[in-house]
Amino acid sequence: MEKIYNIEVCCPNCAAKMEAAAQKVEGVSSAAISFVTQKMKVSFAEGADPAAVMPEVLKVCRKVERDVEIKF
Amino acid sequence: MLYRILAAAGLTVLLALLPLPRWLWLVPYLVAGYDILLGAFHGIRSRDPFDENFLMAVATVGAVLLGEYQEAVAVMVFFQTGELFQGYAVGKSRRSIAALMDIRPDVANLETPSGEVTAVSPDELAVGQVILVRPGERVPLDGIVLEGFSALDTASLTGESLPREVAPGDEVISGCVNLSGLLRVQVTKPFGESTVARILDLVENSAMKKSRSEAFITRFARVYTPAVCLSALALAILPPAISLLLGRDALWGTWIYRALSFLVISCPCALVISIPLSFFGGIGGASAQGILVKGGTDLEALAAARTVVFDKTGTLTRGRFSVTEVQGEAPRRALELAALAEQYSTHPISRSLRESWAGDPARHKVEAVQELAGHGLSALVDSLTVHVGNRRLMDALGLDVPDAQGTVVYVAADGAYLGCITLADLSKEGAVEAIAALKKAGVSRTVMLTGDSEEAARPVAAQLGLDSFFAGLLPQDKVTRVEELLASKPAKSTLCFVGDGVNDAPVLSRADVGVAMGAMGSDAAIEAADVVLMDDDPRKLALAIAIARKTLSIVRQNIVFSLVVKIGCLLLTALGYTNMWWAIFADVGVMVLAVLNATRALKAPRL
Repeated sequence: MEKIYNIEVCCPNCAAKMEAAAQKVEGVSSAAISFVTQKMKVSFAEGADPAAVMPEVLKVCRKVERDVEIKF
Repeated sequence: MLYRILAAAGLTVLLALLPLPRWLWLVPYLVAGYDILLGAFHGIRSRDPFDENFLMAVATVGAVLLGEYQEAVAVMVFFQTGELFQGYAVGKSRRSIAALMDIRPDVANLETPSGEVTAVSPDELAVGQVILVRPGERVPLDGIVLEGFSALDTASLTGESLPREVAPGDEVISGCVNLSGLLRVQVTKPFGESTVARILDLVENSAMKKSRSEAFITRFARVYTPAVCLSALALAILPPAISLLLGRDALWGTWIYRALSFLVISCPCALVISIPLSFFGGIGGASAQGILVKGGTDLEALAAARTVVFDKTGTLTRGRFSVTEVQGEAPRRALELAALAEQYSTHPISRSLRESWAGDPARHKVEAVQELAGHGLSALVDSLTVHVGNRRLMDALGLDVPDAQGTVVYVAADGAYLGCITLADLSKEGAVEAIAALKKAGVSRTVMLTGDSEEAARPVAAQLGLDSFFAGLLPQDKVTRVEELLASKPAKSTLCFVGDGVNDAPVLSRADVGVAMGAMGSDAAIEAADVVLMDDDPRKLALAIAIARKTLSIVRQNIVFSLVVKIGCLLLTALGYTNMWWAIFADVGVMVLAVLNATRALKAPRL
């Protein structure tokens, strides 16, 4: 399953780091962030529940940039 | 943010003019940069310190410790100004791309069964409901015109400036602007599947597909920042240490100051932002011309196209036979009899015969139509026995007929030869220019593939100036041919296949770049292709390649420019020719220039 979220991130290099961090979250099979469109695409692993996975994704992204917002 | 920068700058001027204690400089420093310091602290705590906050924090705290208060405040103020400007520039170019793609309709006028009209959101509508589209409004969903005549402006979808006429029974596509008359439209697709939603989806998703240059820069950035930080450390420690060993003055302050400048230059953001922004600009600019590109990789592949393979029918030719010549003693009569005899046939050739004749079949009596498989047909037209078909039919009738080239239909009446009709699939308007433009753009090989006979293909290939053609191919043969061409293409170049999206999905996906043409409304083609030309003008392909080349050259300019300036500043700083001000230019200035350069990709080049 694949979902696209709006994300507010203000440094392109941080976006690249968040992408790498989000991919390591359990339940995420791949993640991509477009800084230009301010969107994040997450592909979830088989059987993963986005509602359970996304808070963890936000948490690892916040480690990179304190005030990042993901709407889910 | 602007106020904080102004406040910090104001305080700086005040402090410079008044004889106050030096530690007061910390006030404007903190006003300008407290969030940077917090961010850096946060980075250290989460064990991933190498970001711009950290670099700025170390550089400025270092400057403070060295007693360079003014420098620390200046770095902070300029860094924040640069960030502000960068945010503005990025936001501005994002908005101008978004404006190009502003085809999303806001409301639909739903007509209820009782005849009332209410404004609703387009995504609430269901298939079968009836909507009103007033002049000046955008068609919100794909549908069929029930009532009304109008002209539609399709420019935002196809880049085509000529309006398209619509009448009851015609399909209308969402995203077009209704120019003249009121239309009653029955919805045929829900919003999520309508043309507008698909196009927006595609373009927004394109930003997620990372191009090779983008992947390269991301990898580069991962190495670059730590490398510069380590060099900064080395610069701070090694030269003074060596000086000490040689018994000279260590000059710790000088070297640490240079190392701090290093840190300011080390942020790779200019590279990391300007490249996807250039690609997105190129994709946005292309979509304004009716060319949808699915991602940065496809733009890269398109720019490297040296071999272009066309499917003939519907791509280079109109896909419709037209009568080009009628020979014989009574040409008009031959055409009339052929058209009448073939009037019940659904074959494309029969249709062109009827169109060319343009008479009224109701005034004639046609009966006893008999299909003669592999030969043609016979019929009684106004009690006259008529045979219409190929050479073999004439031979079977024992008639002696003249030779003719191409697709030919022979007509015999009452057992006597009457005449022959030559038909051809004419090349599209602009096809000749399209091939010429491709050659000019450096495409070294143009090939046409077709399932038609060699006789039908040869004149088209010759007229258009194609390098070669392969005729009589079955769909699977096309894949084989494309694979052969892929194997023989020049190194580092790509092969681009252009088809009309009907039955050529396997070839589209096999080619390096699959281009579907005339795909407005065709879902299968949009799925299979990498590049979609919304209208069926073959000249758009040359334009697409030109846009791709321009975008790629902007990307290369940005990569080279940012790297040269940054490495140049690093060297000059190490040698002591620059100060922190230069370092700030190398960081923020380069980024702003690269972003401004990236926005040039929005504008499509002229052919």
